[in-house]
Amino acid sequence: MIKFFLMVNKQGQTRLSKYYEHVDINKRTLLETEVIKSCLSRSNEQCSFIEYKDFKLIYRQYAALFIVVGVNDTENEMAIYEFIHNFVEVLDEYFSRVSELDVSFFSAVPAVHGGESAEPIDELPKMCSAREPQEACSVSTPVC
Amino acid sequence: MSDIVEKTLTALPGLFLQNQPGGGPAAAKSSFSSRLGSLVRGITALTSKHEEEKLIQQELSSLKATVSAPTTTLKMMKECMVRLIYCEMLGYDASFGYIHAIKLAQQGNLLEKRVGYLAVSLFLHESHELLLLLVNTVVKDLQSTNLVEVCMALTVVSQIFPREMIPAENSSGYKDLTGSFITILKQVVGGKLPVDFNYHSVPAPWLQIQLLRILRLLGKDDQRTSELMYDVLDESLRRAELNHNVTYAILFECVHTIYSIYPKSELLEKAAKCIGKFVLSPKINLKYLGLKALTYVIQQDPTLALQHQMTIIECLDHPDPIIKRETLELLYRITNAQNITVIVQKMLEYLHQSKEEYVIVNLVGKIADVLVLNTVDTYAPDNAWFIQTMNAVFSVGGDVMHPDIPNNFLRLLAEGFDDETEDQQLRLYAVQSYLTLLDVENVFYPQRFLQVMSWVLGEYSYLLDKETPEEVITKLYKLLMNDSISSETKTWLIAAVTKLTPQARSSNIVERLIQEFTISLDTCMRQHAFELKHLHENVELMKNLLPVDKSCEDIVVDASLSFLDGFVAEGLSQGAAPYKPHHQRQEEKLSQEKVLNFEPYGLSFSSPGFTGRQSPAGISLGSDISGNSAETGLKETNSLKLEGVKKLWGKEGYLPKKESKTGDESETPPIPQESTIMENVDQAITKKDQSQVLTQSKEEKEKQLLASSLFVGLGSDNTISLLGKADTVSHKFRKKSKVKETKSGEMTSIHNITCSSFSSLSNVAYEGDYYLNTLQDRRDKEFKKFSLNSELLDSESLAELHLVEKLSNCSLSTPSLFDDNNMEIFHPPQSTAASVAKEISLASSLLEETTEYIHSNLIEVCNNETVSVSSYKIWKDDCLLMVWSVTNKSGLELKSANLEIFPAENFKVRQGCLDGIHHFFHSDVLALWFRSSCSTLPDYLLYQCQKVMEGS
Repeated sequence: MIKFFLMVNKQGQTRLSKYYEHVDINKRTLLETEVIKSCLSRSNEQCSFIEYKDFKLIYRQYAALFIVVGVNDTENEMAIYEFIHNFVEVLDEYFSRVSELDVSFFSAVPAVHGGESAEPIDELPKMCSAREPQEACSVSTPVC
Repeated sequence: MSDIVEKTLTALPGLFLQNQPGGGPAAAKSSFSSRLGSLVRGITALTSKHEEEKLIQQELSSLKATVSAPTTTLKMMKECMVRLIYCEMLGYDASFGYIHAIKLAQQGNLLEKRVGYLAVSLFLHESHELLLLLVNTVVKDLQSTNLVEVCMALTVVSQIFPREMIPAENSSGYKDLTGSFITILKQVVGGKLPVDFNYHSVPAPWLQIQLLRILRLLGKDDQRTSELMYDVLDESLRRAELNHNVTYAILFECVHTIYSIYPKSELLEKAAKCIGKFVLSPKINLKYLGLKALTYVIQQDPTLALQHQMTIIECLDHPDPIIKRETLELLYRITNAQNITVIVQKMLEYLHQSKEEYVIVNLVGKIADVLVLNTVDTYAPDNAWFIQTMNAVFSVGGDVMHPDIPNNFLRLLAEGFDDETEDQQLRLYAVQSYLTLLDVENVFYPQRFLQVMSWVLGEYSYLLDKETPEEVITKLYKLLMNDSISSETKTWLIAAVTKLTPQARSSNIVERLIQEFTISLDTCMRQHAFELKHLHENVELMKNLLPVDKSCEDIVVDASLSFLDGFVAEGLSQGAAPYKPHHQRQEEKLSQEKVLNFEPYGLSFSSPGFTGRQSPAGISLGSDISGNSAETGLKETNSLKLEGVKKLWGKEGYLPKKESKTGDESETPPIPQESTIMENVDQAITKKDQSQVLTQSKEEKEKQLLASSLFVGLGSDNTISLLGKADTVSHKFRKKSKVKETKSGEMTSIHNITCSSFSSLSNVAYEGDYYLNTLQDRRDKEFKKFSLNSELLDSESLAELHLVEKLSNCSLSTPSLFDDNNMEIFHPPQSTAASVAKEISLASSLLEETTEYIHSNLIEVCNNETVSVSSYKIWKDDCLLMVWSVTNKSGLELKSANLEIFPAENFKVRQGCLDGIHHFFHSDVLALWFRSSCSTLPDYLLYQCQKVMEGS
């Protein structure tokens, strides 16, 4: 089961977070810091799965951006690992050459789209739907 | 109107809308939809946090005005929601909009509903109070004919509704869906889905994984269902050929499923081959997955570990700690008596390197598990190794480990194994090793470890030859004076000193200690010191109180408080009210508070009625009681008792509470509740280091060696069973359950009925074990023993011999009175059954008022021509009532009935004693009540006694 989905950059700024289990806002910051710290401490030769407290972190690095998914014991790590990539591919499809700026959401979106102001509104629900695996306990299959 | 709103909105962040074309409804729409864009742009243009705050506050207040304005259309609301989400995402409170989000989800068209649901799922969480308002909407949408609506509702349900609001059933209810799932999987695997669903040319991989997972749940321990899925699993294995990560994910799931469902050897073989692909892969992620898969399958097929042993060895020394960790997890599953030393050593190595608390706790638990487990089953290799390893475990994990570990360790030491000399050696070794450890200067041990040490030293120092108790006390005293030791540990230490004091010849240090701590500021310590002081003054008492090596023996506690019986009887004979439990008094109080009492005042207890009791606590009703209905009688009795009666008992009552407490105490073995250890890391480390200094050239050889030591005992011909995780649990508790058994054995007493009828010449003993399964919440089973000795005079007409025969017949089939299952076993001899049928019905009608409660059938225990003894039990809300009735069938006058009841431990018998022959003569039925001293069987059985008396 997926517990949370995070996009954090190397500086430790959270670009996107989605929790599928309620976590207090102030605890989230702490958790995110710790999570990114443990991801940064890993080298390329090491595997992409980390044990963190009683759950597992699965991370993938895209340039300076880490996408980290926290799952519990029953999850298939490789499936999640590929799911992250799928998610990025979907983003890429939406934003054509997705970058961290896109992900840091709307702040950059108008720039990318050359001031097409109608876009962002429509983009938001899509973004959100893209980042919500249909249920917390499952991974949605690519529909696009 | 929208223009007005438009104006309000544009007034604030509108500054950023320069690019916006103006005027016209089309423009309004466009500017509306770009509001978010402008907000975002506005925020990016700002330079300080303060400005952002200001802007957002403005935005929020304008949104607040908009959403609560009645003119706001749903479409505008949708737009507002999106902006609210954004504000909330930036960390500002937008809770005023939550309710509107719910409304939007309720009322909007498809797109608006979608945004509403999205907002709700982002705003609310499962314990949010507004969630209730959403329930109806969700239920409605779930029933919608529009698939999209159903999907939205399902999504929101899975996201925010708490688990208990979604009734989930176990997999057994869905077995009939197996076929459908298999068909779906077949289609997916067969590439029947549109190409859109492909991910790197793998058809719907996550769907496949889900389906495999579902099949695993369905096929678990179910041969028939499993057989249905063999084909599709086989196909999945075959199809997953592409060399892409996601196919490995599917393969992994497939292997897991194959090993979880009812096994088929062909498939298992194929799956095992697949695991090879993982384990041998150079890709680290796949290797990890392979290890995980091996961990799953190794419990079923240990030979697989042999196949991959070299890989496992490599992974054991892998630079990536996660891989190492996973390998240890794998080894943990294959630990047996032969490889335990190597595996534990590897685990300890890892333990010393890791700093994360969670890992330490987990690993320490596993090591302790493996150790204790193997010590129970086989004996750890030797005492020294066992103690030293435990020392290492306690030293590292002492302060974080689960408190069960030290407890179990101490229990193990105290209870020992089958071999007493072996046990003594183990204990002696522990004592010696702890003394050595305490000699080391400037070392700090975790508190739990010190507690374990102090307990062991206190209990088993007597085993030492050289060191005298005085020396041990001196060491403990030194620890006591150490400031770094917590006061909890100090109480353990002082307890150890107390235990050792009677064994010591000179007591200088003890006296010093007493002096020191009787003035301690810590009240707890002072208390202990004073106890020690007083005990110290009376050495004989101290020796009795603290016997040597008796830690496993139980202290006998008179749970029934029978020593108070005399006092109770005296109180009752002076007119005191019999004890009533707290709840009953409460009820009575409540009923008294009612404005009007419509009950007649017919019944009353006169004090003469209370005199001349024959049993200490029993109540008998005087003959002056008028013949009101039983119920009125009872009520009247109740109300009477509240007034003008000397209170013998406090608010807490005497039986239920105290008994349950003392009962618990007697069950708990006097092993300390909490304790921990730590120790001799250094030795272990140096040992390891030595073993690890390997020259490069020898490395391969060493690995081989390690492999042979690790995988020893895993061959197929080996009979040693591997300890799977599931097994672990049961093993772990083996030791414990042993204790339990003996314990319940002790508590058990056999109920023994002796009925002797018609002169004391004929005595028939009924013996039977009555398995008392009283109330559901009662943990302990109780066996009762009582002997019923009824002597009936005036019965010359009966043939004694015949009677004896008959009665012993009955005794053979003595039923278990308290177990419903067993009840049917009892079949009274046909003839007897017929003859007593009438009486039985009489008896049951007599006790009519009790039938409103759940009760067992009336069971005849024994009978002869003159009397029949039958019994049944009634479960009331708060008690178990066991009613015995003696029915006189002969029509002869029974002059007296002698009831002898031998109370067993934990069981006490109250005698519903008759007021002389008089009563018996009239009634034909003698009813007896038995009360157990345990808290769940309260006193007011006595009232039942009264009731039945009246009824007769």
